[in-house]
Amino acid sequence: MQFFQFTEEQEMLRKAVREFVEAEIAPKAAEWDEKDYCPVELFPKMGEMGITGIFVPEQYGGAGLGHVERAICLEEISRHSAGLGIALMTHHLCVAGILYYGTEEQKQKYLPELAAGTKIGGLSVTEPGGGSDFMGQKSTGELKDGYWVLNGRKCFITNSHVADIDIWTVITGQDEKGRPVMTAFIIDPDTPGHTPGRKEHKLGLRGSVTGDVNCVEVKVAPGQMLGKEGAGAKIAMTTIQEVGRAGMSAINVGILRGCVEEGVKFANERIVYGKPIAKLQAIQFDIAETRLEYEAARLLTYRAAGMKDAGIPCATEFAMAKLYATEAACRAAKRIMDMMGGYGIINEYPIGRFLRDALASIPAGGTSHIQKLIIAGSTLSGK
Amino acid sequence: MSFNIAVCIKPVPDPSHYDKITIHPVNKTITREGIPTIINPVDKNAIEAALQVKEKWGGKVTVITMAPPSAEENLREALAMGADEAVLLTDRAFAGADTWATSYTLAQGLKKIGHFDLIFTGTESADGATSQVPAQLAQWLKIAHLWNVQQFKITNKEELQAQMKIENGYIEYALKLPALLAVSRECNKPRYTTIMGVMKAKKKPLITYTADDLDLNKDFIGLKGSPTQPGDIYTPELGRKGQELTGEVEEIVAQLIQKLRAAGLNLESWNACAVGRE
Repeated sequence: MQFFQFTEEQEMLRKAVREFVEAEIAPKAAEWDEKDYCPVELFPKMGEMGITGIFVPEQYGGAGLGHVERAICLEEISRHSAGLGIALMTHHLCVAGILYYGTEEQKQKYLPELAAGTKIGGLSVTEPGGGSDFMGQKSTGELKDGYWVLNGRKCFITNSHVADIDIWTVITGQDEKGRPVMTAFIIDPDTPGHTPGRKEHKLGLRGSVTGDVNCVEVKVAPGQMLGKEGAGAKIAMTTIQEVGRAGMSAINVGILRGCVEEGVKFANERIVYGKPIAKLQAIQFDIAETRLEYEAARLLTYRAAGMKDAGIPCATEFAMAKLYATEAACRAAKRIMDMMGGYGIINEYPIGRFLRDALASIPAGGTSHIQKLIIAGSTLSGK
Repeated sequence: MSFNIAVCIKPVPDPSHYDKITIHPVNKTITREGIPTIINPVDKNAIEAALQVKEKWGGKVTVITMAPPSAEENLREALAMGADEAVLLTDRAFAGADTWATSYTLAQGLKKIGHFDLIFTGTESADGATSQVPAQLAQWLKIAHLWNVQQFKITNKEELQAQMKIENGYIEYALKLPALLAVSRECNKPRYTTIMGVMKAKKKPLITYTADDLDLNKDFIGLKGSPTQPGDIYTPELGRKGQELTGEVEEIVAQLIQKLRAAGLNLESWNACAVGRE
């Protein structure tokens, strides 16, 4: 048993990312939330930093690191802007899909620009019929005259209106038992018929764009297929399970750290009855519970990320990390908000935004109920 | 044309945590517990200046500090920003050095490493803020130097032009190389340390020299070699005290002016400004 410790390079990396975040993100986070603006102009800057391509091998223009380092980046960014955190997290879904399932040609074509942040990635899976009824998707892909023609509507898609490169899952037929065959395609920027639709007005995680993406008679060459025909379900599921939930866990670890730090700052500065409220035991209990939840979420998240980097299956571990981190972030933000009294609901303080961001994190990558089903499933089957 | 460039940096307590610094009431030492040590902020402008020269003209950037062993972390950060190698001068014998002993030790360290065409420093440290080390160091090395440089331009291998910031403008100088420039915050915007930079830094050389490794006069280093010694060190009393002035309005105003003058306020210059505006 080794005790949990980051390497010297990981600590340096965290410091470097924190410096970037405190200069470029923290001062604008409240404004992005207020205006519901996704700061796309930051993607090339995050590219220069190595953040957008953190786990992309150096040969494709990335930093050549892993998912622990990715979680560090997402935690640091989401400490101040969980909205930008989910935009980046979703960009990484597209990166992961191409990196883990793409052909050499596809990797060379797409990864350098995605790693540089000069192109933004998206992953369009969820449909109006429901996210958890995964195989019930209605979007179709049909082979006509040597091209795949895609039709359908995706909803609740992060980066819907800002993504340049979009991965789509569609039903391309039925197998011999009559079950749907799901296939994934990479859609190039400005492909005719591939358009963003309705833009959602969200409670939290503003600063990221969420909405519909439509395909109307979208023609893609067979070379745009990601993996084999029928591999779409596996590609989407593993990417969501081990990259998507990983991202949501790290984002909420960031929110939890925000709760701890903002709570401590307020408790030390707020004077009531002639002394800081931090001297009161009731306030100390709030701080202790919040710190504990932050640490627990952090341990679950980084352990799962370490497993991912070691090549160990970690879907259940990320389900636990995601469930715990998002629910704990909701509790912590509410607790610190209460602790702050009237100040807690004033938007000059970020705690209200943290609560909205934590609440909006629950459905992303599967609700808490879905995570429980995954955890129970693997536990009951003895895994 | 390429340049051999050195940058002198100093690890200082993070100024954003200065409110946590306390002075021990009995032994008068400064308590820095829990306060992170960072590269002196304006020294990052010095690193940036060196990197820009290297990127434009070619060459090598060596970053050097005289500090406790923990400064290795700060040197690694400088390497991650893009410096090529780092040198740490560390020895208990260096402890307690004033600016004279510090600049002497740095000079001997630089002589040990080799010849430099250009040396960059920040204008001042965030903790001591004496601004003495740059000029003293250049004097030990017998090279040209300029302080508070807001902008500079290399004209050829032998010469550069630099602007020294003064209160109401700047003075432009031409300097023969080798030269030392102490740069101000206006000189540039230091780059961020990138993740790729962090990964490269661990493979770059970081050399440590102790007092025995350098050609030193032992009477010139550390506390013993320091001609200046701090006297008392204390926390100023910042408490506020109310005072009532009584009498006619004219009398109160006269008393008030007298008290403000006694407190060191320059009312004449304020009056001059007020008149000027009319």
